[in-house]
Order: sequence, then C-alpha cells, then structure tokens
Amino acid sequence: MKPKVATIWLGGCSGCHMSFLDLDERLIDLADKIDLVYSPIADVKEFPRDVDVTLVEGAIASFEHEELARLIRRNSRFVVSFGDCAVTGNVTAMRNSLDLDDVLHRSYVELADTTPRVPRDYPTIAELMKQARPLHEYITVDAFIHGCPPTADQIWSAVTELLAGKKPELTHVFLRYG
Amino acid sequence: MAIVTLTIDGEQLSAQDNESLLEIARQHKIEIPTLCHLDGLSDVGACRLCLLEIEGSNKLAPACTTRPMEGMVVHTNTEKLKKYRRMIVALLASEGNHQCSVCMVNNHCELQNLAYDTGLLYVRVPYLYPNKVTDASHESFIIDRDRCVLCTRCVRVCHEVEGAHVWDIAGRGIDCTIVADLNVPWGSAESCTSCGKCVLVCPTGALVKKGESVAEMEKHTDFLKYIVTARRKGEWISIENEEE
Repeated sequence: MKPKVATIWLGGCSGCHMSFLDLDERLIDLADKIDLVYSPIADVKEFPRDVDVTLVEGAIASFEHEELARLIRRNSRFVVSFGDCAVTGNVTAMRNSLDLDDVLHRSYVELADTTPRVPRDYPTIAELMKQARPLHEYITVDAFIHGCPPTADQIWSAVTELLAGKKPELTHVFLRYG
Repeated sequence: MAIVTLTIDGEQLSAQDNESLLEIARQHKIEIPTLCHLDGLSDVGACRLCLLEIEGSNKLAPACTTRPMEGMVVHTNTEKLKKYRRMIVALLASEGNHQCSVCMVNNHCELQNLAYDTGLLYVRVPYLYPNKVTDASHESFIIDRDRCVLCTRCVRVCHEVEGAHVWDIAGRGIDCTIVADLNVPWGSAESCTSCGKCVLVCPTGALVKKGESVAEMEKHTDFLKYIVTARRKGEWISIENEEE
C-alpha cells in the first residue's frame, strides 16, 4: 500500500505549497508513490486518520489552527514543520509584539478599499490568537524543513527521505532560515 | 611579555602570554565560533560563543578575553560546548524578532551562519517577540533593534575607531538596548559623523543602509584592517605594534 501523505496550510501565505508545486515533473513521480489524502490542492474536507506523513505549513495563528494541529498529531505518524512560519513563526509572527485589535483595525479598516470592517463575530471566520507561534510550541514535531519558502530541491530531498522511512538529513545545505 | 606553552585540542603550542586564546587558536587554524569579536576591535566577551573548557577549572572561559597560562590544557569543541553554543544562538534568536526572510542581510548574516554551524534545527525555548523601537531618523541608516544581538560591535567601532562614541547600551538585563547619544533619535545625535562604520560591522540586519531591499545588503568588515594598525587590549593602537 502506498504511504498516505497530507499537507496542510495553517498560518502562512501558501508560499511553501507553491514551492511544493515547483517540484514540477517530480510531482508525477511522487503521485505514483504516495496517496495524497489531504491537501489544499486535493479538496478533502476532513483531515483523515492513519496518515503516514503530514507537512504543516504556517504558524499557529488562530484557535482553529491549534485544534487542527492537535488533530494532525493524533492522526499522523510523522509531523513535519514545513517552512519558516511553522518552524519559527516568521512573517506570521511579526504582529506578535503589537496589539491584536490594532493589527486588525490597521488591516481591515485603515487599509480597506471597500466596506471597512473588522471581520469578527462571523461564525465562519476563525478567531485569531493574541500571538502566532511555531508549531512545535503546541505539538511534538518530528522533522523540520526550513526556508521561506523551502526550495523545491529541499522539499524533494526531505520528502524522498521521509518516504524511505528516514528522518531528513539536515546538512548545511538544507538548514537554511529565510 | 613571556612565552608560555599550552595544549589546545591535544596540540602542544607555544604562545605569547599577552595574546588571547582566540588569537592563539586561530594562528594555529583551530576554529572557534565568535559573534561579538571582530579583528581590529577590543574584546568584551559579550556573546559567549567562544567559550572554552579549561582543565582544572569548573567554569567555561571565553577565548577572546582569556590569556594563556603555562601548562594550560584547553578544549574548544567538546559536546558540552557544542550544546551550549547551540543554546546561545537559540536564546539570541528567541530574544529578538529575526524574521530572516524579510531581513536586508538575509543570507549574509553572521547569526544565520552561526545557526547553521551550530546545527540549530529549531528554537526550543519560547520566542519572546519583544516590542522594540526601530529608528529610521538618520538620513542614511536605520537601526532595527528587533534584530540586535547586543554584541556591541557598533559601540566599540564608534568609540575606538571613529572616536565619536555615539552608541552606548542603556537598560539592564533583558531590557538592554543600543542608544544614540543620551537616548535620542539617531538623526538628532549630534556626535554622529555619519561614517557608517557601525552599519558595516553589525553582524545582523540591526544596522542597515537605507534604500536596500530584502537580502540585498552584504556587510564588509575588511576596511577595519586598513584603518586599524594594531590592537592590544587596553593599549589601543600601541606604538609597540606599529613598529612590528
């Protein structure tokens, strides 16, 4: 049976997933080797059980992210912090030293082109936490892929090693913040 | 001045007793990581990355400010030291707001390189995300205190080489911060000659030139070699060295 792989997009810009798509023709090889059971590019609604490897892009920025992170941990054998936001908080965490209400007001009222309104009290919008923080501060993380975004080669190297059942070899080349 | 013999990492060496262990090690191609040290400036032992183990002492000693002694046995790269160095870099990372991806010196940063050299996979301690003041009041330069590691290279180069002494440290402990003159905006610091030496010696993106973009700026510290004819701790530009 093929290993079940999931990728998820939490508090990030989706750049890590864009870089994943930059695997280009290697995606075709990968599609033969894995079962992609959950991903922003797979349109599955529920995070499944018994996942072998989950790549998590983004920091934990909302209460929904925290819940998802815990669900991912319960349902995955191997959890990978995928990109700098998951590893360090990175750009998502730049708001952390500021007041959340000020940040929301700046983004949705002061800078709004139309209908200035802070998106709160909508049941469909997840409530932000006061701070966006790295994934490993909430759950145990088994491996780290660094970079903003990680390069396609970094992702390929990490994914092929993970699929071979090894922790990715973190040499100088692949340990790369920013 | 006297000649002493000592052992560094199993290698028997002789050295002058007024040289630092860091200088002696580097003369013998023994690499010790540093951050606050810069050839040409005085040493202050601020960053603690060059810590060494000395047999018979239960304290770790910084290589940059420790002098050799006869019969000293020094270890520069033990598992304990590697662990401590990684922890130091982790603490520096957690105390600031170092978003590498949006930093002007991304990929040209001494803190980043230390993270790689010490194998810092992730930061175990909680990030503090402090609220620090960025000052862009100077016409040519910016001080971004989020990225400052308090190595004090800027303080020393301004005092010792430029002779202006614009920079100093204010506050205590975790609240320490680099200030211009008596804590005024950099642009109104009357002592500043706008020479830019502080910007060039800063190991991170804390001091940068205006107009540069992300990952564009490379720092060059070579200029110090040409300006500084000699350095001895406590004997800044000594005549003895100029004659050498």
